[in-house]
Amino acid sequence: MENAKQTRRGWLPQGALACTAGCGGGHWALLDPMGPIGADEKTLILTAFGLMLIVVVPVIVMTFAFAWKYRASNKAATYQPKWDYSGKIETIVWIVPAVIVAALSVLVWKSSHDLSPYKPIASNIPPVRVEAVAMDWKWLFIYPDLGIATVNKLVIPTGVPVSFRITSDTVMSSFFIPRLGSQIYAMAGMQTRLHLVAAHDGTYEGLNTQFSGAGFSGMYFDTVATSRQGFDAWVKQVRQAPGTLDAAAFKALETPSQNDPPAYFSAVKPHLFDDIIQKYMANPPRPAQAPGMKMGV
Amino acid sequence: MTAEVLTYPAAHADHGHDATATQTFGFWLYIMTDCVLFASIFATFAVLSHNYAGGPTGKELFNLRYVFGETMFLLFSSVTYGFAVLAMNRDARNQVMGWLIVTFFLGLGFIGMEVNEFTRMILEGNGPDRSGFLSAFFTLVGTHGTHVSFGLIWMAVMIFQVAGKGLTTPVRSRLMRLSMFWHFLDIVWIGVFTIVYLLGAM
Amino acid sequence: MDSALFGKLTVSAIPFDNAIVMWTVGVALTMGAVILGLVTYYGKWSYLWKEWLTSVDHKRIGVMYVILALVMLLRGFADAIMMRAQQAVAEGPSQGYLPPYHYDQIFSAHGTIMIIFVAMPFFIGLMNIAVPLQIGARDVAFPFMNAISLWLTVISAALVMVSLGVGDFSHAGWTGYPPLSESQYSPGPGVDYWIWSLQLGGIGTLMTGINFFVTIVKMRAPGMTYMKMPVFTWAIFVTTALIMMAFPVLTVTLGLLTLDRYLGMHFFTNNLGGNLMMFPNLFWIWGHPEVYIVILPAFGMFSEVVATFSQKRLFGYHSMIYASIAIGVLSFAVWLHHFFTMGAGADVNAFFGIATMIIAVPTGVKIFNWLFTMYRGRVQFTTPVLWTLAFIVTFTIGGMTGVLMSVPAADFVLHNSEFLVAHFHNMLIPGALFGYFAGYAYWFPKAFGFRLDEKWGKRAFWAWAIGFLVAFMPLYALGFMGMPRRLSHYDNPAWQPYLEVAAAGAAIIFVGIVCQVMQLIVSIKNRAALRDVTGDPWNGHTLEWAVASPPPFYNFAEIPVVHDLDAFTDMKEKGIAYQRPAKYRDIHMPRNTPAGFIIGMFAFSFGFAMIWYIWWLALASAFGMLITLIVRSLNDNVDYYVPAAEVERIENEHHRQMADAGATGVNAEPAPYFAHQV
Repeated sequence: MENAKQTRRGWLPQGALACTAGCGGGHWALLDPMGPIGADEKTLILTAFGLMLIVVVPVIVMTFAFAWKYRASNKAATYQPKWDYSGKIETIVWIVPAVIVAALSVLVWKSSHDLSPYKPIASNIPPVRVEAVAMDWKWLFIYPDLGIATVNKLVIPTGVPVSFRITSDTVMSSFFIPRLGSQIYAMAGMQTRLHLVAAHDGTYEGLNTQFSGAGFSGMYFDTVATSRQGFDAWVKQVRQAPGTLDAAAFKALETPSQNDPPAYFSAVKPHLFDDIIQKYMANPPRPAQAPGMKMGV
Repeated sequence: MTAEVLTYPAAHADHGHDATATQTFGFWLYIMTDCVLFASIFATFAVLSHNYAGGPTGKELFNLRYVFGETMFLLFSSVTYGFAVLAMNRDARNQVMGWLIVTFFLGLGFIGMEVNEFTRMILEGNGPDRSGFLSAFFTLVGTHGTHVSFGLIWMAVMIFQVAGKGLTTPVRSRLMRLSMFWHFLDIVWIGVFTIVYLLGAM
Repeated sequence: MDSALFGKLTVSAIPFDNAIVMWTVGVALTMGAVILGLVTYYGKWSYLWKEWLTSVDHKRIGVMYVILALVMLLRGFADAIMMRAQQAVAEGPSQGYLPPYHYDQIFSAHGTIMIIFVAMPFFIGLMNIAVPLQIGARDVAFPFMNAISLWLTVISAALVMVSLGVGDFSHAGWTGYPPLSESQYSPGPGVDYWIWSLQLGGIGTLMTGINFFVTIVKMRAPGMTYMKMPVFTWAIFVTTALIMMAFPVLTVTLGLLTLDRYLGMHFFTNNLGGNLMMFPNLFWIWGHPEVYIVILPAFGMFSEVVATFSQKRLFGYHSMIYASIAIGVLSFAVWLHHFFTMGAGADVNAFFGIATMIIAVPTGVKIFNWLFTMYRGRVQFTTPVLWTLAFIVTFTIGGMTGVLMSVPAADFVLHNSEFLVAHFHNMLIPGALFGYFAGYAYWFPKAFGFRLDEKWGKRAFWAWAIGFLVAFMPLYALGFMGMPRRLSHYDNPAWQPYLEVAAAGAAIIFVGIVCQVMQLIVSIKNRAALRDVTGDPWNGHTLEWAVASPPPFYNFAEIPVVHDLDAFTDMKEKGIAYQRPAKYRDIHMPRNTPAGFIIGMFAFSFGFAMIWYIWWLALASAFGMLITLIVRSLNDNVDYYVPAAEVERIENEHHRQMADAGATGVNAEPAPYFAHQV
């Protein structure tokens, strides 16, 4: 996104200064996506933006042109105080926006389905499953297939789809890694889904975007996308962590805290994610039933 | 309004403000907004109607025979209010008061039965804080009950106004608006009875 | 434990240890004391009480609404400056000067105040002043109810102000999403202040909605068919319909949250069968129409202004009306776009996304019609016109970003970001506030009898317009940089320069506000020179310009007969604009009453008592309101007749002044030979 960066620098010199001083490639998070979902969303934004300029630019030009040409002091301009209707103009001003909105509607319909957070990413590689839980004020990540968990740190293998199940152990929050794409709400007693994939190695900030109280501003985490080997090595490292996430440790974690550093748990109580959901469900299923599958969102 | 002016009794209005037709139209609009209010609460009830949270269901709680009796009080009060309006149209002041008093006590009976039902449920530990379903139940039925209670206060005031002022134009206008209000609450109750009690008990 | 006498209220509820709060409270109290002192010094208590506080005159009520809006604008803007200052400095090691606890209350109060206590009273005030005059009526349908509406709004704003010094305000955002706003996560009185100020003010607004809808339906001058109604009145007509349909939903939403908090119910709680997503659904079923409730009246004002100062008829009147109606209807079908990220299915998201976009069509049509109103006109660049031009340009940009966010998949990355903050300020500042400012300058002479100073008005305009762009364009950029809204602190040096620029923008807007204060002072000082003698300072098109400025309390000595959309232009062209009836008649008017003010005072103590759990006071206040209403209903002597001689005296005086000032088409002496107009 060098282009976008250049234009922004053009009208805002401070931005350029800040960028040379502090930031790497991730300055314009949404315009510099690191995964296909984010990339599609960027394309979508730019396409819609371009389509709308068809109306917006003429409107702005006409505003200045009409106001100037028909200024009171310009006696040379036509003056028709009773002229208040033109079928031709009326037709055009209804039809043109309608056509553009129709075109955008097609775009909306297609993109809403293609980029639905619930839609798994097509890939030959089986996805990494991650269960994310919003807590006061930190993110808990459980890797159910690996039996490990982390707080405020998400590590994923590059090029491998990540399949998230998301819920909240507190108020409503929203799970978002800007450079990978889509966000989705985390809500107690309910499960939402999200599918993302990182195309390049790197460290990308993830955060909660939904205001959730005093510790909200510090509720972000690093997402590290790394090679398969790097990921496996990291998993091994987590497995050697001293702490495990049993019922007591989870209880301790539920105490509100702010700006928590990353923490690792070498083992996790089985079905912890489903237990968290069930704690808040209106009609908890009886033990025989499959837990937490349909939450009626 | 510093002008020194003569005052006339407000027997008529020459350009429409506070005239009976305007008031009736305004009140009708108020009832429409009340419709939206009840619709929102009905929708809430529909969403929460199965959120028992391990608590009792409607089937376990509702006594249809009791609620049917309660319903009869309200339905008959609408009929007797209709008689009051007919009497008003005949200028029969004493009959108006008589029918209003009958209506008042029928409404009071309805409220009494509702309060009794609520008290019993709360004492049994099935109060509005027990589950989402019960919150919605108490709120929907209770909002209707609150409306009826305000209707009763209004009716009591009107009984005294009919006695004190007679069937003047403002009093007639108010009686007509109370009539709209009272019949409206009847219609809402039919919705409550069907959706909350009948469907809940089945 | 709560005490029986004072509920949860204790001396420790007053934050003596917080310097910023105490300083603010001190300033507010001093200003209040100065105003009360001045009233006493000049011996104006009786005048204030008889002519204003107990007034049921729609023009006076309108003025009081606008004063409330302007005062609350200062408060809401002070909040904005504090937020901008905090975000400009709170990067990395610097925590800024506001702790999250305080910052969170400020953004919650800012949103609540700007929507409920600035936008709403501002347009309601202007419509109170203009609508009855535009339709040729002598008052609104229910003048007494109008007073109750005013006082409920005033005391609700007062509750928000009290929260500054007694207890705290909500920290849960102006939308107050549960479960954060439930007692489990927000046990203090803050959320209760938010609930009761919105609830009581909302009821006042609902009554206003009914009142003006009835007024417009029932009290139009003879000959004024629906399709000859002034375009501002049409905008208000649609707005009041939206109020009647939307505000009961707010009443219910807040009521259910109240029951959760006060009686332990489970509507929106996490546990025991609550459903938290029901709240955003209900809230935005009210909230989205609410956006159009504040914007449609401004559209109406722009329409009046652009036609008047282009010295031309409004282009595409019918299209304008249909567009307003379409916007009103569609506004109820889009609420889900406030939470596309809830996890609804793609079909649902796509439906609401498309419905949202469709609103852009009638809105676009309106913009084109304003442009074609200027086309072949003679545009005078007065302050109201400048506001209108700035609105058209910037609102178009805001509309574009809005359509962008109505694409669900784009919203997945833009939601909850600074881009969103930029977008809705981009809609509401040009789309609502600039419109109100235009309307304020446009109708000011009608309300007070003299025009506002143009020089200071233009200075204010430029500061506002430039300040707005400088303050909010960087926020669009920050959205693309992934910055979420409502941060009290951040660790990203790349964001800081943009936030510093935004803070500078807020400072420029502050200059604009100073200019507006100056404008008012200078205009009052020069009021003799700025005097509007004829009542028609702009060569207006509609009936409000047919009467004196300020209008006599009865508005029209004789109800005019309407033959054209631009009724007053039509009268001027026929030479009958200032024609006088053969004989004046008695005029029937409502009496002033203190009942509205008294009900408002009881509502205040009721709200305060509920917030602090002082049950005896709540009960007593509720009883007080009820008794006031009943006593009022016992009194049938609520109106009176202004004798014809008095009307004649007032009208003669107005015509004499016009003739002295050399106004054309005016006769100093009554002209008894004119046939009575029917």
